[in-house]
Amino acid sequence: MVKQISVFLENKYGRMAEATEAIGEAGVNIRALSVADTSDFGILRCIVNDTEKALKVLREKGFTASATPVVAAEAPDEPGGLARLLKIPRDNNVNVEYLYAFVTKSRDNAVVILRVDEYEKLISLLEKGGVKVLTEQEAVSL
Amino acid sequence: MAKKHLIWNERYECMPDSKKKELQLERLKLLVSRVYDKVAPYKAKMDAAGIAPKDIKKLEDIAKLPFTTKEDLAANYPFGMFAVPMKKIIRIHSSSGTTGKPKVAGYTKNDIKMWADVMARTLTCGNTTKNDVVQNAYGYGLFTGGLGAHYGVEKIGATVVPISGGNTKRQILVMKDFGVTKMCCTPSYCLFLSEALREAGLEPGRDIKLNTAFLGAEPWTRELREQVEKNISIDAIDIYGLTEVIGPGVSSECMEKVGLHIFDDNFYPEVVDPDTQQPLPLGEKGELVFTTLTKEAFPVVRYRTRDITRLIPEKCACGRTHIRMERLTGRTDDMLIIRGVNVYPSQIESVIVQIPGLEPHYQILVDRQGAMDMLEVWIEVSPGIFTDNIKGLEKLEKRIRGEMESVLGIGVKLKLVEPKAIQRSEGKAQRIIDRRTVYDK
Repeated sequence: MVKQISVFLENKYGRMAEATEAIGEAGVNIRALSVADTSDFGILRCIVNDTEKALKVLREKGFTASATPVVAAEAPDEPGGLARLLKIPRDNNVNVEYLYAFVTKSRDNAVVILRVDEYEKLISLLEKGGVKVLTEQEAVSL
Repeated sequence: MAKKHLIWNERYECMPDSKKKELQLERLKLLVSRVYDKVAPYKAKMDAAGIAPKDIKKLEDIAKLPFTTKEDLAANYPFGMFAVPMKKIIRIHSSSGTTGKPKVAGYTKNDIKMWADVMARTLTCGNTTKNDVVQNAYGYGLFTGGLGAHYGVEKIGATVVPISGGNTKRQILVMKDFGVTKMCCTPSYCLFLSEALREAGLEPGRDIKLNTAFLGAEPWTRELREQVEKNISIDAIDIYGLTEVIGPGVSSECMEKVGLHIFDDNFYPEVVDPDTQQPLPLGEKGELVFTTLTKEAFPVVRYRTRDITRLIPEKCACGRTHIRMERLTGRTDDMLIIRGVNVYPSQIESVIVQIPGLEPHYQILVDRQGAMDMLEVWIEVSPGIFTDNIKGLEKLEKRIRGEMESVLGIGVKLKLVEPKAIQRSEGKAQRIIDRRTVYDK
C-alpha cells in the first residue's frame, strides 16, 4: 500500500500553482500526479517523497488535504500492458475508482496507481497474478 | 387628468375616520377577549404582562398588549396559535419559518370570505372589473399568493387564469391568446416577463392587452416599476401581505401609486421603534406591526412583521380613507426574499449543521441575473467531509442541495469552496452577501 495525497482545489485561477508551490517550498518532491475536476472544483492527487511533510505544509497553507491509500503496481511498458493488469481486478470483482499511470526514467515498466476500496485484496491478487506491487519505499523513491 | 378610481367595498374603504375608529375599538376588544380565552400562549403572555381584556378601553390601549413574534409561532408550531377547533378550519397555508419548520396559518370559512373581500379590494384598486381576464402567476399551493389572488378575482367576477408560476413561454402564449388584461406575480418576474414579451416582438396594445399588474411578495424599487411600466405600457401596482396576517390583501396601492392602503377595518397597523419597541408618532419610520381585527382561525395581536415603513396619515386622492403605508424600505431581521419566497439564513444553517462532518462555514450570495434572483450557497470543504473522489463530493453536494431546496422551497446553487475561502471579519464570517437592490434608496 502506498499513500497518496489528495487536495481539494477550487476551480480558481492559480490554485494548482499555489498547491504545488507549497509542496515544493517544503523540499518535497512530487513523484506522480493526476487531477480530477468538475466545473466547480478539482482534486489534486499525488505521490510524493515525504507524505507527512507535504500534508503538514498544505494544511498550514489552508488546503483541505488528506492521505489516501492506493496501490502502485508495475505494468509492462508495451501495447496491452495496462489492459492485462486491469484484467485482474475485473475478473475478481474489485471496482477501480480511478487510476493514473506514468513512465519513469529509472524503471523499464510503467507504474500504475490504482484507487480501490479493497486495496489489500487487490495487492494479493496482483501479486498472485505475477504483477510487481511497489512498496511505499519503492513508490516514493521512483 | 384625474385618474379613474373604482372602489370595491365603499362602506369600509371610505368609512369616515371617527366611525372607523369606533369599529376598530369594538373589534379589538372582542379580539383580545377571544384570544385570551381561546389561545393559551396569548393568555400566558398577557397574564405575565399583568394585562387583562378589560384593560382595553380605547384604541391606544393596544400598546399595553405584548407583541407576537415569529418565535412565538415557532414555539407553538403547528396549530398552537389557532383560536378555533380544527373542525372549523377549512384551509391551511404556510410560509418559511426561521428553522426547518414553516409558519402555519389556518382559515375558517369566514376568514376565506374576508380574504376574498380584501383581495377584491386590492384588485379593484387597479380598476379590475368583471370584464377583465386575470392571469394569476403567483404559485398555487401552500404559498398564500396563488389561492389568495384567485379568490379575489372570482369574488369580483372577473375571469381568472390560474396558471401559477414559471414557464414563461406558456405565460406569454396564454397572455396573448386569452386576451389577458391583468396580471398577478412578483415584481422581478414581471420584469423578466416584460423583457421576454419585448424579445418575442409582441407589442403592447396590439398583440397583448395587458394593462395592469399587481406585484407583491417581495420588495422592489421605483426603478423596477418604471422599467416594467415602460417595457410593456402597463400600470404596476404594489401589493403587500404576509402569511401571518392573511397573505396578500393586507394593503395595496391604488392608481395614485402613493403608498399602499391598509385594509384597516381588518388589519390594524402600528409602527414601533424596533429597538425600544415603543409606538412611534404617526408618520415616523419604524417596524410595522399588525393586529388582525376580524380573523377567526389564526388571529394575531401586535405581530411584528420586521418590515420597515411609515404610515401616511394624509388623505388619498382616490377617496379611500384607509390609512396608507409607504413602500417598504427594509427589514429589521435577516430574512431574504428570493423570487418571492421568504428565506431565513437560519434555515440554511439548519441543513448544514445536521450533515455529519460539515462545519458551519458558509456564505449566502444573492444576486439578480437579468430579472431573476439567484441564490448561491458556498460551503467550505472541511477535512470531515473531504474525500479523494469526485463522485463522493458530488454526491455530498447533491445531498446538501437537495435538503436545502426541500427546506427553502426554491432552487439553490451550491458551491464547495476551500477552507478560509469565506471572508472572516473580526473572526466572524460575513454570512450574507446580497448584491441586489430591492429597496428604494
